[in-house]
Amino acid sequence: MRIISLQLPLTENSIANLSQGDKLLISGEVLTARDAAHQKMIQILDEGKSLPFDLTSTTLFYCGPSPKPLGKICGAIGPTTSYRMDVWTPQLLELGLKVMIGKGERSIEVVDAIRKHKAMYLVAVGGAAAYLARHIVSCETFLWPEMGTEAIHKLIFCNFPVYVAIV
Amino acid sequence: MPLRIIKADLIESELIKAIGSITFEPDPDILPTLLRCQKEETSELAKDVLNCLVENVHCAKEDSIPLCQDTGTLVVFIQLGSNVHIEGASLNKIVNMALEKAYEKYYLRASQVIDPLYKRINTANNTPAIIHLRLTEGDQIRILIGQKGGGAENMSRLKMFPPSASEDDIVAYVLETVQLAGSKACPPLVVGIGIGGNFESCALLAKEALFQPLQHPNPHPEYNMLEQRILKVINESGIGPQGMGGHTTALAVHILTAPCHIASLPVAVNLQCHAHRHTEITI
Repeated sequence: MRIISLQLPLTENSIANLSQGDKLLISGEVLTARDAAHQKMIQILDEGKSLPFDLTSTTLFYCGPSPKPLGKICGAIGPTTSYRMDVWTPQLLELGLKVMIGKGERSIEVVDAIRKHKAMYLVAVGGAAAYLARHIVSCETFLWPEMGTEAIHKLIFCNFPVYVAIV
Repeated sequence: MPLRIIKADLIESELIKAIGSITFEPDPDILPTLLRCQKEETSELAKDVLNCLVENVHCAKEDSIPLCQDTGTLVVFIQLGSNVHIEGASLNKIVNMALEKAYEKYYLRASQVIDPLYKRINTANNTPAIIHLRLTEGDQIRILIGQKGGGAENMSRLKMFPPSASEDDIVAYVLETVQLAGSKACPPLVVGIGIGGNFESCALLAKEALFQPLQHPNPHPEYNMLEQRILKVINESGIGPQGMGGHTTALAVHILTAPCHIASLPVAVNLQCHAHRHTEITI
């Protein structure tokens, strides 16, 4: 198993050098989005508007953190099951999304779209949210705070462990 | 026998404590079982994932951070002695008050929506809990408490078999459930199986099976053998921890059974991830 440290955002070139099964320790900014945030993003796009962030340099993390306890950097942070986002993912890949982090298998349509757009799907270990939280150095609500855990949160990773699942 | 009066406040405070303990610590058999599996795994990737799960158990306890960000739906099975009188509030209210307070105290995630289809608006305090009440003899209340995450729950299934179904058919159905779940249910799993009863009670049996201690052997020799057989075939499936391949797809299989109709043989499979959070209190 190769273990590679990488800085986000990942470029098409750095993605091209990676293989399924590689373990990556990634550092830098990611945005969380799960079911409700995806629905909202797609609604904005379908209305012909643009998203309030640059999708092409975004690392999207399927995650709904638990609340941040007083005096801590963040609560429990780990991946949610990715297949629920499959219905919206090809459209986001079409618009330039390159890297997604989640857990579990993706649909054939998503696998094809990932390969077509030279993107990548990474998996983090599910149910290891206290361990993964130790690899977060900042956690702030970024967009749509009224959605609670389903809001888009901006996280800063420091050597956050993931595995390359689809590339 | 005179009625024993139990105050609502006492039940509430015991529930809050119990919710806190399972938020940060899994079933006590989880850690030794993960360590054993890690030793036995041959795949480097599977070992690495299991190492992460072992570390997670330590981190959650040391940092007081929940084991999983999905702090789940609170599921409780209450066995209420017929000589108990609860003073101060209904059991339903006590459980939901305890949950609301525990949600604040332990920074649990609000993961419940008001309406499943049209108004998926978060209740913002993780209520309501799912409560199952059973009346028993005696003057005690026994409460089984679990936090059930959505990922594994989504992969659970139920089938109404005809009585002609064989043990092989049931083994195949459970295996198929685990295979369809793949890595989505966060293996290594604990598999709760209900056999018998009817449509709704069979699902409850599967759920309640998950509230037993992880390494609790089935007291019925035939079902104990069946549990071992199912565990073996699941671990031969090659799914492995988090779907990364390997021999550790499930940590335990628990079966609960009930009498059933002459026309039926219901089987329910309730999947539980390795963040196996449950405990019990007796008052």
